[in-house]
Amino acid sequence: MATDIIIHDEKDNVGVVVIDKISPKQDCDCWIMENDKTVKIQSVDEIQLGHKIAMVDLNEGDTILKYGHDIGKVVKSIKKGEHVHVHNVKTKKW
Amino acid sequence: MKIPKSFLGYKRENGRVGTRNHVIILPVDDISNACAEAVANNIKGTMALPHSYGRLQFGADLDLHFRTMIGTGKNPNVAAVIVIGIEPKWTKRIVDEIAKTGKPVEGFHIERTGDIGTIMKASKKAQEFAMWASEKQREECPLSDLWISVKCGESDTTSGLAANPTVGNLMDKLEPLGVHLCFGETSELTGAEKVCATRGATPEASKKFMKTWSDYNDFILKEATDDLSDSQPTAGNIAGGLTTIEEKAFGNFQKIGNCKFIDVLEPGEEPTKGKGLYFMDTSSAAAECITLQAAAGFNIHLFPTGQGNIVGNPIEPVVKLTANPLTVKGMGEHIDCDVSKILSREMTMSQAGDELIKSMIRVANGRLTCAEALGHKEFVMTKLYRSA
Repeated sequence: MATDIIIHDEKDNVGVVVIDKISPKQDCDCWIMENDKTVKIQSVDEIQLGHKIAMVDLNEGDTILKYGHDIGKVVKSIKKGEHVHVHNVKTKKW
Repeated sequence: MKIPKSFLGYKRENGRVGTRNHVIILPVDDISNACAEAVANNIKGTMALPHSYGRLQFGADLDLHFRTMIGTGKNPNVAAVIVIGIEPKWTKRIVDEIAKTGKPVEGFHIERTGDIGTIMKASKKAQEFAMWASEKQREECPLSDLWISVKCGESDTTSGLAANPTVGNLMDKLEPLGVHLCFGETSELTGAEKVCATRGATPEASKKFMKTWSDYNDFILKEATDDLSDSQPTAGNIAGGLTTIEEKAFGNFQKIGNCKFIDVLEPGEEPTKGKGLYFMDTSSAAAECITLQAAAGFNIHLFPTGQGNIVGNPIEPVVKLTANPLTVKGMGEHIDCDVSKILSREMTMSQAGDELIKSMIRVANGRLTCAEALGHKEFVMTKLYRSA
Protein backbone atom coordinates (compact mmCIF):
# COMPACT_ATOMS: atom_id res chain seq x y z
CA MET A 1 0.00 0.00 0.00
CA ALA A 2 2.81 2.44 0.80
CA THR A 3 3.94 4.64 -2.04
CA ASP A 4 6.98 6.75 -2.94
CA ILE A 5 5.19 9.26 -5.12
CA ILE A 6 1.62 10.57 -5.25
CA ILE A 7 0.02 11.94 -8.41
CA HIS A 8 -3.17 13.97 -7.99
CA ASP A 9 -4.85 13.43 -11.34
CA GLU A 10 -4.45 11.01 -14.23
CA LYS A 11 -3.74 13.94 -16.58
CA ASP A 12 -0.80 15.20 -14.47
CA ASN A 13 2.72 15.10 -15.91
CA VAL A 14 4.36 15.48 -12.49
CA GLY A 15 4.18 13.54 -9.23
CA VAL A 16 5.11 14.48 -5.65
CA VAL A 17 7.69 12.57 -3.59
CA VAL A 18 6.09 11.54 -0.28
CA ILE A 19 8.99 9.68 1.37
CA ASP A 20 12.05 11.41 2.93
CA LYS A 21 13.83 11.38 -0.42
CA ILE A 22 14.27 9.28 -3.53
CA SER A 23 17.76 8.51 -4.87
CA PRO A 24 19.00 8.52 -8.47
CA LYS A 25 17.98 5.41 -10.44
CA GLN A 26 15.49 4.38 -7.76
CA ASP A 27 12.49 2.38 -8.98
CA CYS A 28 9.56 4.22 -7.45
CA ASP A 29 5.91 3.31 -6.91
CA CYS A 30 3.47 6.06 -7.82
CA TRP A 31 -0.14 6.20 -6.68
CA ILE A 32 -2.67 8.20 -8.71
CA MET A 33 -5.20 9.53 -6.20
CA GLU A 34 -7.94 10.32 -8.69
CA ASN A 35 -8.43 6.79 -10.00
CA ASP A 36 -6.52 4.76 -7.37
CA LYS A 37 -4.17 3.30 -10.02
CA THR A 38 -0.47 2.70 -9.49
CA VAL A 39 2.38 3.21 -11.96
CA LYS A 40 6.17 2.90 -11.76
CA ILE A 41 8.94 5.35 -12.61
CA GLN A 42 12.72 5.31 -12.34
CA SER A 43 14.19 8.51 -10.93
CA VAL A 44 17.12 10.39 -12.45
CA ASP A 45 17.80 12.90 -9.66
CA GLU A 46 17.77 12.75 -5.89
CA ILE A 47 14.45 14.37 -4.95
CA GLN A 48 13.34 15.41 -1.44
CA LEU A 49 9.97 14.95 0.25
CA GLY A 50 7.36 17.30 -1.22
CA HIS A 51 9.30 17.97 -4.41
CA LYS A 52 8.12 17.02 -7.87
CA ILE A 53 9.32 14.46 -10.39
CA ALA A 54 8.65 14.58 -14.16
CA MET A 55 6.51 11.63 -15.23
CA VAL A 56 7.29 12.25 -18.94
CA ASP A 57 9.91 14.10 -21.01
CA LEU A 58 9.02 17.81 -21.12
CA ASN A 59 10.20 20.44 -23.59
CA GLU A 60 10.65 24.17 -23.16
CA GLY A 61 7.24 25.84 -23.45
CA ASP A 62 5.28 22.77 -22.34
CA THR A 63 2.62 23.17 -19.65
CA ILE A 64 2.98 21.46 -16.29
CA LEU A 65 -0.25 19.76 -15.24
CA LYS A 66 -0.99 19.06 -11.56
CA TYR A 67 -4.44 18.58 -10.03
CA GLY A 68 -5.34 18.16 -13.73
CA HIS A 69 -4.69 21.89 -14.16
CA ASP A 70 -2.09 24.23 -15.64
CA ILE A 71 0.39 25.24 -12.92
CA GLY A 72 3.10 26.84 -15.08
CA LYS A 73 5.42 26.51 -18.07
CA VAL A 74 8.65 24.60 -18.67
CA VAL A 75 11.58 27.03 -19.18
CA LYS A 76 14.33 24.40 -19.49
CA SER A 77 13.72 20.95 -20.94
CA ILE A 78 13.17 18.20 -18.39
CA LYS A 79 13.72 14.45 -18.79
CA LYS A 80 11.37 11.86 -17.34
CA GLY A 81 12.48 11.14 -13.76
CA GLU A 82 14.17 14.52 -13.22
CA HIS A 83 13.43 17.04 -10.46
CA VAL A 84 10.82 19.65 -11.47
CA HIS A 85 11.06 22.96 -9.61
CA VAL A 86 11.89 26.67 -9.89
CA HIS A 87 15.05 25.95 -11.94
CA ASN A 88 13.06 24.56 -14.88
CA VAL A 89 9.45 25.76 -14.39
CA LYS A 90 8.00 29.29 -14.15
CA THR A 91 4.58 30.75 -13.44
CA LYS A 92 2.46 32.03 -16.33
CA LYS A 93 0.95 34.66 -14.02
CA TRP A 94 3.69 37.15 -13.10
CA MET B 1 -17.67 7.88 11.95
CA LYS B 2 -20.91 9.17 13.40
CA ILE B 3 -20.52 12.94 13.57
CA PRO B 4 -21.38 14.39 17.00
CA LYS B 5 -24.53 16.51 16.85
CA SER B 6 -23.51 19.00 19.51
CA PHE B 7 -20.69 20.72 21.34
CA LEU B 8 -20.36 22.66 24.58
CA GLY B 9 -20.42 26.40 24.00
CA TYR B 10 -21.24 29.71 25.66
CA LYS B 11 -24.67 31.01 24.68
CA ARG B 12 -24.64 34.76 24.11
CA GLU B 13 -27.37 37.35 24.50
CA ASN B 14 -27.96 37.64 20.73
CA GLY B 15 -28.33 33.90 20.12
CA ARG B 16 -24.80 33.29 18.84
CA VAL B 17 -22.57 30.76 20.60
CA GLY B 18 -18.94 31.15 21.66
CA THR B 19 -16.25 28.48 21.91
CA ARG B 20 -14.36 30.79 24.28
CA ASN B 21 -15.31 33.21 27.04
CA HIS B 22 -12.88 36.10 26.73
CA VAL B 23 -13.14 39.51 28.37
CA ILE B 24 -11.18 41.79 26.07
CA ILE B 25 -9.67 45.24 26.47
CA LEU B 26 -9.86 46.73 22.99
CA PRO B 27 -7.78 49.81 22.14
CA VAL B 28 -9.37 51.98 19.45
CA ASP B 29 -5.97 53.21 18.29
CA ASP B 30 -2.24 52.62 18.61
CA ILE B 31 -1.67 55.23 21.31
CA SER B 32 -4.24 53.59 23.58
CA ASN B 33 -2.37 50.27 23.64
CA ALA B 34 -0.41 51.12 26.78
CA CYS B 35 -3.56 51.91 28.71
CA ALA B 36 -5.34 48.76 27.48
CA GLU B 37 -2.37 46.58 28.37
CA ALA B 38 -2.15 48.14 31.84
CA VAL B 39 -5.81 47.31 32.49
CA ALA B 40 -5.34 43.72 31.31
CA ASN B 41 -2.31 43.48 33.56
CA ASN B 42 -4.30 44.71 36.55
CA ILE B 43 -7.30 42.46 36.10
CA LYS B 44 -6.80 38.71 35.77
CA GLY B 45 -9.02 36.97 33.26
CA THR B 46 -8.91 39.85 30.79
CA MET B 47 -6.85 40.21 27.63
CA ALA B 48 -5.68 43.34 25.79
CA LEU B 49 -5.64 43.34 21.99
CA PRO B 50 -2.94 45.87 21.05
CA HIS B 51 -2.51 46.80 17.37
CA SER B 52 -0.79 49.40 15.24
CA TYR B 53 -3.48 51.61 13.71
CA GLY B 54 -6.57 53.73 14.24
CA ARG B 55 -5.35 57.28 13.73
CA LEU B 56 -6.08 59.53 10.73
CA GLN B 57 -7.44 56.71 8.60
CA PHE B 58 -10.18 57.66 6.15
CA GLY B 59 -12.62 56.31 3.58
CA ALA B 60 -12.77 52.55 2.98
CA ASP B 61 -9.67 52.05 5.13
CA LEU B 62 -11.34 53.70 8.13
CA ASP B 63 -14.54 51.73 7.49
CA LEU B 64 -12.50 48.53 7.59
CA HIS B 65 -10.82 49.62 10.83
CA PHE B 66 -14.20 50.15 12.49
CA ARG B 67 -15.59 46.92 11.02
CA THR B 68 -12.65 44.98 12.45
CA MET B 69 -12.85 46.63 15.89
CA ILE B 70 -16.62 46.29 16.17
CA GLY B 71 -16.67 42.76 14.75
CA THR B 72 -13.98 41.63 17.17
CA GLY B 73 -16.03 42.95 20.08
CA LYS B 74 -19.22 41.34 18.73
CA ASN B 75 -17.61 37.91 18.20
CA PRO B 76 -19.41 35.34 20.39
CA ASN B 77 -16.08 34.10 21.76
CA VAL B 78 -16.01 37.42 23.62
CA ALA B 79 -18.16 37.68 26.76
CA ALA B 80 -17.61 41.36 27.53
CA VAL B 81 -15.59 44.29 26.20
CA ILE B 82 -13.78 47.34 27.53
CA VAL B 83 -13.05 49.84 24.72
CA ILE B 84 -10.32 52.42 25.28
CA GLY B 85 -9.55 55.20 22.78
CA ILE B 86 -7.86 58.56 22.86
CA GLU B 87 -11.01 60.45 21.78
CA PRO B 88 -14.63 60.00 22.91
CA LYS B 89 -16.34 59.98 19.49
CA TRP B 90 -14.70 56.98 17.82
CA THR B 91 -14.67 55.13 21.15
CA LYS B 92 -18.43 55.62 21.51
CA ARG B 93 -19.08 54.55 17.92
CA ILE B 94 -17.44 51.18 18.61
CA VAL B 95 -19.12 50.75 22.01
CA ASP B 96 -22.58 51.51 20.59
CA GLU B 97 -22.24 48.90 17.83
CA ILE B 98 -20.92 46.17 20.15
CA ALA B 99 -23.74 46.97 22.61
CA LYS B 100 -26.30 45.90 20.00
CA THR B 101 -25.34 42.28 20.72
CA GLY B 102 -26.58 42.77 24.28
CA LYS B 103 -23.21 41.86 25.83
CA PRO B 104 -21.63 44.05 28.53
CA VAL B 105 -19.46 46.75 26.95
CA GLU B 106 -18.12 50.04 28.26
CA GLY B 107 -15.91 52.70 26.68
CA PHE B 108 -13.26 55.00 28.15
CA HIS B 109 -11.36 57.83 26.51
CA ILE B 110 -8.01 59.10 27.61
CA GLU B 111 -8.16 62.78 26.67
CA ARG B 112 -8.64 65.09 29.69
CA THR B 113 -8.11 62.12 32.07
CA GLY B 114 -4.70 60.73 31.13
CA ASP B 115 -3.52 57.14 31.21
CA ILE B 116 -3.50 56.69 34.98
CA GLY B 117 -7.02 57.96 35.62
CA THR B 118 -8.33 55.97 32.66
CA ILE B 119 -6.56 52.81 33.81
CA MET B 120 -8.16 53.16 37.22
CA LYS B 121 -11.70 53.67 35.89
CA ALA B 122 -11.39 51.01 33.18
CA SER B 123 -9.84 48.52 35.61
CA LYS B 124 -12.79 48.79 37.98
CA LYS B 125 -15.19 48.02 35.16
CA ALA B 126 -12.93 45.28 33.78
CA GLN B 127 -12.89 43.56 37.19
CA GLU B 128 -16.68 43.63 37.27
CA PHE B 129 -16.86 42.14 33.73
CA ALA B 130 -14.22 39.46 34.41
CA MET B 131 -15.96 38.26 37.57
CA TRP B 132 -19.34 38.27 35.82
CA ALA B 133 -17.99 36.33 32.84
CA SER B 134 -16.29 33.78 35.10
CA GLU B 135 -19.69 32.46 36.14
CA LYS B 136 -20.79 31.69 32.56
CA GLN B 137 -21.16 27.96 31.96
CA ARG B 138 -20.80 25.94 28.78
CA GLU B 139 -24.07 24.45 27.53
CA GLU B 140 -24.88 21.85 24.90
CA CYS B 141 -25.35 23.57 21.53
CA PRO B 142 -26.03 22.16 18.05
CA LEU B 143 -23.03 21.80 15.77
CA SER B 144 -24.67 24.37 13.47
CA ASP B 145 -23.62 27.03 15.99
CA LEU B 146 -20.04 26.55 14.80
CA TRP B 147 -18.86 29.18 12.36
CA ILE B 148 -15.70 27.66 10.91
CA SER B 149 -13.11 29.72 9.06
CA VAL B 150 -10.13 28.25 7.22
CA LYS B 151 -6.79 29.51 5.97
CA CYS B 152 -3.58 27.65 5.11
CA GLY B 153 -0.02 28.82 5.69
CA GLU B 154 3.62 27.92 5.06
CA SER B 155 2.13 25.56 2.54
CA ASP B 156 4.08 22.94 0.67
CA THR B 157 3.03 20.15 -1.64
CA THR B 158 1.85 18.05 1.32
CA SER B 159 -0.74 20.79 1.98
CA GLY B 160 -2.33 20.33 -1.43
CA LEU B 161 -1.95 16.55 -1.30
CA ALA B 162 -3.36 15.92 2.13
CA ALA B 163 -3.83 18.64 4.79
CA ASN B 164 -5.98 20.95 2.65
CA PRO B 165 -8.15 18.12 1.24
CA THR B 166 -8.64 16.98 4.86
CA VAL B 167 -10.22 20.37 5.56
CA GLY B 168 -12.23 19.92 2.34
CA ASN B 169 -13.43 16.54 3.60
CA LEU B 170 -14.54 18.16 6.88
CA MET B 171 -16.40 20.85 4.94
CA ASP B 172 -18.17 18.26 2.79
CA LYS B 173 -19.28 16.41 5.94
CA LEU B 174 -20.30 19.43 8.03
CA GLU B 175 -21.87 21.72 5.43
CA PRO B 176 -25.10 19.63 5.35
CA LEU B 177 -25.36 20.05 9.14
CA GLY B 178 -25.88 23.79 8.78
CA VAL B 179 -22.55 25.26 9.85
CA HIS B 180 -21.20 28.57 8.51
CA LEU B 181 -17.90 28.20 6.61
CA CYS B 182 -15.46 30.78 5.29
CA PHE B 183 -12.36 30.73 3.11
CA GLY B 184 -10.36 33.71 1.86
CA GLU B 185 -6.86 34.44 0.53
CA THR B 186 -7.78 36.29 -2.66
CA SER B 187 -4.21 36.60 -3.93
CA GLU B 188 -3.40 32.95 -3.29
CA LEU B 189 -6.18 31.80 -5.59
CA THR B 190 -4.26 33.32 -8.49
CA GLY B 191 -3.96 30.68 -11.16
CA ALA B 192 -7.02 28.82 -9.91
CA GLU B 193 -9.34 31.84 -10.06
CA LYS B 194 -11.38 30.67 -13.03
CA VAL B 195 -11.92 27.24 -11.51
CA CYS B 196 -12.78 28.86 -8.18
CA ALA B 197 -15.32 31.12 -9.89
CA THR B 198 -17.20 28.05 -11.16
CA ARG B 199 -17.80 27.10 -7.52
CA GLY B 200 -20.13 30.04 -6.91
CA ALA B 201 -23.57 28.74 -5.90
CA THR B 202 -25.19 31.40 -8.08
CA PRO B 203 -24.04 33.35 -11.16
CA GLU B 204 -24.02 36.48 -8.95
CA ALA B 205 -21.64 34.85 -6.46
CA SER B 206 -19.32 33.73 -9.27
CA LYS B 207 -19.35 37.18 -10.86
CA LYS B 208 -18.70 38.90 -7.53
CA PHE B 209 -15.76 36.55 -6.91
CA MET B 210 -14.18 37.29 -10.31
CA LYS B 211 -14.52 41.04 -9.77
CA THR B 212 -12.97 40.77 -6.30
CA TRP B 213 -10.09 38.67 -7.59
CA SER B 214 -9.48 40.97 -10.60
CA ASP B 215 -9.44 44.09 -8.43
CA TYR B 216 -6.88 42.52 -6.09
CA ASN B 217 -4.77 41.23 -8.97
CA ASP B 218 -4.80 44.67 -10.64
CA PHE B 219 -3.63 46.19 -7.36
CA ILE B 220 -0.81 43.65 -7.02
CA LEU B 221 0.36 44.18 -10.59
CA LYS B 222 0.26 47.97 -10.12
CA GLU B 223 2.36 47.88 -6.95
CA ALA B 224 4.72 45.07 -7.93
CA THR B 225 8.34 46.02 -8.56
CA ASP B 226 9.35 42.55 -9.73
CA ASP B 227 7.54 39.43 -10.89
CA LEU B 228 6.54 38.63 -7.28
CA SER B 229 8.25 35.26 -7.44
CA ASP B 230 10.21 36.30 -4.34
CA SER B 231 7.05 36.56 -2.24
CA GLN B 232 4.59 34.25 -3.96
CA PRO B 233 5.40 31.43 -3.51
CA THR B 234 7.37 32.26 -0.35
CA ALA B 235 10.85 30.90 0.32
CA GLY B 236 9.22 28.42 2.73
CA ASN B 237 6.78 27.27 0.06
CA ILE B 238 9.65 26.75 -2.41
CA ALA B 239 11.72 24.83 0.13
CA GLY B 240 8.67 22.59 0.55
CA GLY B 241 8.51 21.91 -3.19
CA LEU B 242 5.92 24.43 -4.39
CA THR B 243 7.09 25.95 -7.66
CA THR B 244 4.51 28.49 -8.84
CA ILE B 245 1.59 30.55 -7.55
CA GLU B 246 -0.73 28.42 -9.70
CA GLU B 247 0.41 25.24 -7.96
CA LYS B 248 -0.04 26.93 -4.58
CA ALA B 249 -3.50 28.15 -5.60
CA PHE B 250 -4.79 24.74 -6.66
CA GLY B 251 -3.47 23.32 -3.39
CA ASN B 252 -5.14 26.12 -1.44
CA PHE B 253 -8.41 25.52 -3.24
CA GLN B 254 -8.60 21.90 -1.97
CA LYS B 255 -9.75 23.32 1.38
CA ILE B 256 -13.33 23.85 0.24
CA GLY B 257 -13.89 20.25 -0.82
CA ASN B 258 -16.90 20.05 -3.12
CA CYS B 259 -18.74 22.94 -1.46
CA LYS B 260 -20.04 25.95 -3.36
CA PHE B 261 -19.81 29.47 -1.96
CA ILE B 262 -23.07 31.35 -1.56
CA ASP B 263 -21.66 34.87 -1.27
CA VAL B 264 -18.51 36.98 -1.39
CA LEU B 265 -17.79 39.04 1.73
CA GLU B 266 -15.85 42.27 2.13
CA PRO B 267 -12.87 41.97 4.52
CA GLY B 268 -14.29 41.48 8.03
CA GLU B 269 -17.92 41.55 6.83
CA GLU B 270 -20.41 39.43 8.77
CA PRO B 271 -22.24 36.88 6.58
CA THR B 272 -25.98 37.45 6.38
CA LYS B 273 -27.24 34.82 3.96
CA GLY B 274 -27.42 32.01 6.50
CA LYS B 275 -25.60 28.70 6.71
CA GLY B 276 -23.12 27.59 4.07
CA LEU B 277 -19.77 28.53 2.60
CA TYR B 278 -18.63 32.12 2.07
CA PHE B 279 -15.59 33.53 0.32
CA MET B 280 -14.03 36.56 2.01
CA ASP B 281 -11.74 39.01 0.24
CA THR B 282 -8.62 38.86 2.41
CA SER B 283 -4.87 39.13 2.26
CA SER B 284 -3.09 35.78 2.28
CA ALA B 285 -0.97 36.79 5.28
CA ALA B 286 -2.15 34.43 8.03
CA ALA B 287 -2.67 36.80 10.95
CA GLU B 288 -4.43 39.43 8.83
CA CYS B 289 -6.75 36.86 7.30
CA ILE B 290 -7.74 35.21 10.59
CA THR B 291 -8.22 38.60 12.30
CA LEU B 292 -10.72 39.51 9.53
CA GLN B 293 -12.52 36.17 9.75
CA ALA B 294 -12.80 36.51 13.54
CA ALA B 295 -14.17 40.04 13.05
CA ALA B 296 -16.85 38.57 10.78
CA GLY B 297 -18.02 36.39 13.67
CA PHE B 298 -16.31 33.05 13.00
CA ASN B 299 -15.77 31.18 16.25
CA ILE B 300 -13.31 28.40 15.36
CA HIS B 301 -10.52 28.25 12.80
CA LEU B 302 -8.85 25.39 10.91
CA PHE B 303 -5.31 25.99 9.73
CA PRO B 304 -3.56 23.41 7.55
CA THR B 305 0.19 23.95 7.26
CA GLY B 306 3.00 22.25 5.40
CA GLN B 307 6.32 23.63 6.56
CA GLY B 308 4.84 24.82 9.87
CA ASN B 309 3.18 28.21 10.23
CA ILE B 310 2.73 28.94 13.95
CA VAL B 311 0.00 31.62 13.88
CA GLY B 312 -2.70 32.04 16.52
CA ASN B 313 -5.48 34.53 17.18
CA PRO B 314 -6.46 36.09 20.51
CA ILE B 315 -10.19 35.33 20.31
CA GLU B 316 -10.68 32.63 17.67
CA PRO B 317 -8.96 29.32 18.50
CA VAL B 318 -6.76 28.16 15.61
CA VAL B 319 -6.67 24.37 15.15
CA LYS B 320 -3.57 23.40 13.20
CA LEU B 321 -3.09 20.31 11.09
CA THR B 322 -0.28 19.09 8.90
CA ALA B 323 0.45 16.16 6.64
CA ASN B 324 4.19 16.78 6.56
CA PRO B 325 5.92 14.16 8.77
CA LEU B 326 9.02 16.39 9.10
CA THR B 327 6.87 19.19 10.53
CA VAL B 328 5.23 16.80 12.99
CA LYS B 329 8.66 15.58 14.04
CA GLY B 330 10.42 18.93 14.21
CA MET B 331 7.72 21.21 15.62
CA GLY B 332 4.99 18.93 16.94
CA GLU B 333 4.13 21.38 19.73
CA HIS B 334 2.35 23.48 17.08
CA ILE B 335 0.28 20.68 15.56
CA ASP B 336 -3.19 19.86 16.91
CA CYS B 337 -4.01 17.21 14.32
CA ASP B 338 -1.46 15.01 12.54
CA VAL B 339 -2.67 13.67 9.18
CA SER B 340 0.77 12.70 7.82
CA LYS B 341 -0.31 9.06 7.55
CA ILE B 342 -2.25 10.05 4.42
CA LEU B 343 1.07 10.25 2.57
CA SER B 344 2.10 6.75 3.59
CA ARG B 345 -1.42 5.58 2.69
CA GLU B 346 -2.06 4.38 6.22
CA MET B 347 -4.93 6.85 6.54
CA THR B 348 -7.67 7.67 4.03
CA MET B 349 -8.85 11.21 3.39
CA SER B 350 -12.15 10.38 5.04
CA GLN B 351 -10.41 9.07 8.17
CA ALA B 352 -8.32 12.25 8.24
CA GLY B 353 -11.47 14.36 7.93
CA ASP B 354 -12.97 12.46 10.88
CA GLU B 355 -9.83 13.04 12.95
CA LEU B 356 -10.02 16.74 12.21
CA ILE B 357 -13.71 16.88 13.16
CA LYS B 358 -12.82 15.23 16.49
CA SER B 359 -9.91 17.63 17.12
CA MET B 360 -12.05 20.62 16.24
CA ILE B 361 -14.93 19.62 18.52
CA ARG B 362 -12.55 19.02 21.44
CA VAL B 363 -11.24 22.55 20.94
CA ALA B 364 -14.75 23.93 20.56
CA ASN B 365 -15.56 22.26 23.90
CA GLY B 366 -12.67 24.09 25.55
CA ARG B 367 -9.46 22.16 24.97
CA LEU B 368 -6.63 24.65 24.45
CA THR B 369 -5.12 24.71 20.96
CA CYS B 370 -1.35 24.45 20.59
CA ALA B 371 -1.31 28.12 19.58
CA GLU B 372 -3.27 29.12 22.69
CA ALA B 373 -1.01 27.07 24.98
CA LEU B 374 2.04 28.67 23.38
CA GLY B 375 0.60 32.18 23.74
CA HIS B 376 0.03 33.05 20.09
CA LYS B 377 -2.34 36.03 19.97
CA GLU B 378 -1.61 37.64 16.60
CA PHE B 379 -4.17 40.42 16.18
CA VAL B 380 -3.30 42.18 12.94
CA MET B 381 -5.42 44.82 11.28
CA THR B 382 -5.59 44.94 7.50
CA LYS B 383 -4.74 48.43 6.25
CA LEU B 384 -5.82 49.34 2.75
CA TYR B 385 -3.67 52.46 2.19
CA ARG B 386 -1.69 55.27 3.88
CA SER B 387 -3.36 57.42 6.53
CA ALA B 388 -4.13 61.08 5.88
